[in-house]
Amino acid sequence: MTTFVLNRRNLLAAGGSFLAAGVSGLLLPARAQSIAPTPSMSGGSNNYRKGAPTVDRIGKGGFWMSGTVRRAGDGAPLANQRIQIWAHTTEGQEHEPQSHGATLTDKNGAFRLEMPQIIPIFGQPHGHLAYDSGEFKTVFLRPVMRSAKETSLEAHFVLQPA
Amino acid sequence: MRLAKVTLIWVALAAAVCVPIAAAALSPLLEWRGPVYIVAGFAGIIALGLVLVQPLLIGGYLPGMSAYRGRRAHYWIGGALVLAVVVHVGGLWITSPPDMIDALLFSSPTPFSPWGVIAMWAIFAVALLAALRRRLGLEPRTWRIAHVFLAVIIVAGSVVHGMLVEGTMETVSKVALCALVLAATIKAMVDLRVWRKRATSR
Repeated sequence: MTTFVLNRRNLLAAGGSFLAAGVSGLLLPARAQSIAPTPSMSGGSNNYRKGAPTVDRIGKGGFWMSGTVRRAGDGAPLANQRIQIWAHTTEGQEHEPQSHGATLTDKNGAFRLEMPQIIPIFGQPHGHLAYDSGEFKTVFLRPVMRSAKETSLEAHFVLQPA
Repeated sequence: MRLAKVTLIWVALAAAVCVPIAAAALSPLLEWRGPVYIVAGFAGIIALGLVLVQPLLIGGYLPGMSAYRGRRAHYWIGGALVLAVVVHVGGLWITSPPDMIDALLFSSPTPFSPWGVIAMWAIFAVALLAALRRRLGLEPRTWRIAHVFLAVIIVAGSVVHGMLVEGTMETVSKVALCALVLAATIKAMVDLRVWRKRATSR
């Protein structure tokens, strides 16, 4: 289902988590398998609206936002977690209510929400995602599409208890 | 200078500035942008065009412009450049305040933002210096060094900013305009020997 692409962002993320895992492994040998929590990305919370409704689809759809939600430490998938998604699309600007929606993760910790095509805004085609339900620490992500022509985008969360 | 050559130079300059604007006007992205965002984007493209005109004026490459008229035009186009940048930044601020604030605070995730912001401050600085130069009693040489230093920052910042942005500008016309801006700046700097020790009047 999930395809992993070898690009700079993924490599950096993988390298970062590898490094984090390696360093914490050295410091805390008992927790050598530890998976580091995802930090919020800069600009991730821009044009965020609290409490976007959970929807089957944002607008008319045509573009897929997907990802996973896991727990920091053991990396266990987290089911039923609410992920909020928004972007500048063919149907509205980032700050407009119709550009916002939320979805829940399935039993494998995966989420997938159909939304309108993302359009480059402020010089980059990008989306915004938030975990903001309170059980875990809030995380804002801002993934960038490799090309404005792509019709899907992924973002992955590793959450730590609040 | 023969009339044909004169005409050719002015037509080429008009094309270098207007073709990128026309190409951007055909961008499909415009359909999904509000009027303020569209104006802000075009102000940025126009600003890049003005950055091309500046070294051509001061280098004396535009036929029909005496050294005096060239300098006067350079001065006023500098003012227009400040205005274009204010419209560009102001329009983007209205479109998405948090993104613009991130850019101005150098905390934006987009790699092109700091280049644009640095070029903006350099444009404001050179305009302020030009306006206050007599009042401050700046030596011609001090003024020239300061202006050249800021001009290099403006040109480099604007070109990198423009090249990295994924916006309404069409790629080929954008690359061509940026290349012309760099070439015109380098030629003017070489011809005017801006690093010379003594100020000479033109």
